[in-house]
Amino acid sequence: MSNNITLKKGLDIPIKGAAELKTSKAIMPGVVALCPSDFKGLNPRLLVREGDRVLAGSPVLADKKCPDILFTSAVSGTVEQVVRGDKRKLLAVLVKADEVQEYLDFGVKEVSDLSAAEIKETLLKSGLWAGMIQRPYGIIADPAVKPKAIFVSAFNTAPLAADLEYALSGEAEAVQAGVKALAKLTDGGVHVSLCEEQYSSSPLHKLEGATLHTFSGKHPAGNVGVQISHISPIKKEETVWTVSLVMLAAIGKLFLTGKYDLRRKVAVTGPMASEPSYIETVPGMPMKEIAGFCAETEGVRVVSGDVLSGAAVGAEGYLRFQDNQITLIKEGTKKELLGWARPFRFNQYSADHTYFNWCLGWLMPNKKYAMDTNLHGGPRAFVMSDAYYGKVLPMDIYPLYLIKACLAGDIEKMEKFGIYEVLPEDLALCEYIDPSKMYIQDIIENGINQMLKEMA
Amino acid sequence: MNKIFEKGGKLYWLHSSVDAFETFLHVPGTVTRKGAHVRDAVDLKRIMIIAVIAAIPAALFGMWNTGYQHSLAIGATPAFWSDFFYGLLKVLPLYVVAYIVGLGIEFASSQIRNEEVNEGYLVSGFFIPLIVPVDVPLWMLAIAVAFAVIFGKEVFGGTGMNIWNPALLTRAFLFFSYPSQMSGSDCWVALRSGETAIDGFTGATPLAVAADQGAGAVDFMSMFLGTIPGSVGETSVIAILIGAVILLWTGVASWKIMLSSVAGALAIGGLAQLCGGTDIPCYYQLVMGGFAFGTVFMATDPVTSAQTECGKWIYGFFIGAVCVIVRLFNPGYAEGMMLAILLGNTFAPIIDHCVVNAHISKKNKTVKIA
Repeated sequence: MSNNITLKKGLDIPIKGAAELKTSKAIMPGVVALCPSDFKGLNPRLLVREGDRVLAGSPVLADKKCPDILFTSAVSGTVEQVVRGDKRKLLAVLVKADEVQEYLDFGVKEVSDLSAAEIKETLLKSGLWAGMIQRPYGIIADPAVKPKAIFVSAFNTAPLAADLEYALSGEAEAVQAGVKALAKLTDGGVHVSLCEEQYSSSPLHKLEGATLHTFSGKHPAGNVGVQISHISPIKKEETVWTVSLVMLAAIGKLFLTGKYDLRRKVAVTGPMASEPSYIETVPGMPMKEIAGFCAETEGVRVVSGDVLSGAAVGAEGYLRFQDNQITLIKEGTKKELLGWARPFRFNQYSADHTYFNWCLGWLMPNKKYAMDTNLHGGPRAFVMSDAYYGKVLPMDIYPLYLIKACLAGDIEKMEKFGIYEVLPEDLALCEYIDPSKMYIQDIIENGINQMLKEMA
Repeated sequence: MNKIFEKGGKLYWLHSSVDAFETFLHVPGTVTRKGAHVRDAVDLKRIMIIAVIAAIPAALFGMWNTGYQHSLAIGATPAFWSDFFYGLLKVLPLYVVAYIVGLGIEFASSQIRNEEVNEGYLVSGFFIPLIVPVDVPLWMLAIAVAFAVIFGKEVFGGTGMNIWNPALLTRAFLFFSYPSQMSGSDCWVALRSGETAIDGFTGATPLAVAADQGAGAVDFMSMFLGTIPGSVGETSVIAILIGAVILLWTGVASWKIMLSSVAGALAIGGLAQLCGGTDIPCYYQLVMGGFAFGTVFMATDPVTSAQTECGKWIYGFFIGAVCVIVRLFNPGYAEGMMLAILLGNTFAPIIDHCVVNAHISKKNKTVKIA
């Protein structure tokens, strides 16, 4: 394909524990959680009480700011518990699932016959609107706005990420229906980015009604933010929406079957996964259900999402709404004698040339490392130059300038250096390679939160 | 860490220092709290130690050369090991003073700021003895180091926040406070008390000689090898090139800065030669004085150099050019590298500012058209 975009910057972290392409287990959890923390900026209003009966698709929460946006139950059953934290903050709504699932009927609809307003209404009612993410800021899309365009990344380059071609095999029809539906919500069209290597084998290259792009390169080439910045960068006062391919398939299924069906294949990965493979489940699944996949019972961090920007939900946590990957890694609490001073550290990976793993990469290109959560150093002020961080960020921005603007809380500079174009996940690799061991994603997150507050 | 050094313990105020020693021995068992759950094995300690390793050949050569120059000065037959040990005994006190004073202030400041001790001074402290004349009185060095570390670095917030290279600031302080001990033909050779140089030996650096008597009076090869009077570590281009290879191979220093600095020096040196401003061949500029050491070790300091890729080209060229301009057209100073780099440090943020702004306005324009 001629308009392929090749990204030279980036880094694929050679971490152990990629999921084998097989589904080892279908898990229908006994209890499923709906957590408001899965949705950025959500101020929830509770719509159910303990003991209420819900179907898959029945509203459980609503957004206080925009009451049309509903968050619905992924399964049918009874509301078992409303979990609250400090100051009665709503943490989760637990639904005890039925043996046989019942779905609320939203009606089978032919997408091409529907108007934009009808599509919006169906999405809002069903709870799938929560899958629509607005950029800038990464919050749930505002239904009153007409976005410049809608972007979908059809491949994932994050470490150990689920292979979307496998995870969504057989759902090409649903994706097609989803694309058709979303195309009505914008004048700029739906832009789907495919991986160049898989272009011809992917059933998505025949997608109708979408503008296709192909990308090749290392992570973060699969991040939708990076793709947007190469297709059509976000300017001030512009809004675009993004939706993950998994959610797009769910949207398609809603129109094809009339059901709110969030079942998906989730990759259980990481060095601590005893049998890295896929499971079939729904979001909100308690991590207890996958205890059998853990190689060790103590000192393992359970991450919902990938290892760079997932959330450490813990063994008692739940699979997040958007995620289709779980990563299990060891807590790196062990001290390493003279670690930094050793000429070689064969079991630790470094992309930096001061270690010699990059030479090792030639000799053993398939060597994978059992990485743990050790910080490998202490926090320092930034010492290395902007270009050091820029080599893993294939976007047209100066990462260190943006980070420092966020640290300083300078709105004008944040705007100038491209805060509208990024979400924390896009700078995750900068955080990974940072020798100063700063929490860069957190800094960006705080910058975005400040923007949200000041722009409101 | 012992309990009394932890929060709430009696000696908590000392925790920065204890922590510094502890993390020197071990990579600590700290885990990531949020964000990226795994981190690269590299840390600043590793990057800094590479910079130190890269300067070791220059330091060792400097020690030998100190003894060698001494032998020449008193008319003795040079002998490798005795020359080396003579130099070692002369240079070691410089190291002791530079590290004790500098690290002392660094530890105290970290404690006041309640931060971990930054390893940046390990590098500065290693470079400082290499860029001063071997005969500099130790008390002067101590004052200069204290000035550079306090006013060049700690007042800005420590390593990573400084505007000027602390090692060069030390030298600049010495140069302007005690000019008589920092230039001329006596300071570069260390004699024992009572010894006098034999007739016909000159302790002047080739840079001063060439400025005085023309290019014919200096020898390219001895300047390249480094068997000449000069600051401890700056004389041997070969030893510095070994360091350059290490720095570039490991990616610690920027090749763009090094290359453009060389280009800048050659350009101005060549221009001056063509116009008849000087009879010194332009490539002599690369091996004379502190140019090589400054280009490889000082200009490439990631904190004080330009941040952007394009800015690095401009910054390096600027330094090389200014260095040669000072050498050729300023009657007051024989050497211009120190001033050129400090000036480069001063202008680096402006260079970056222009590069970044130009880039952003260009980006905004292209998008508007599309």
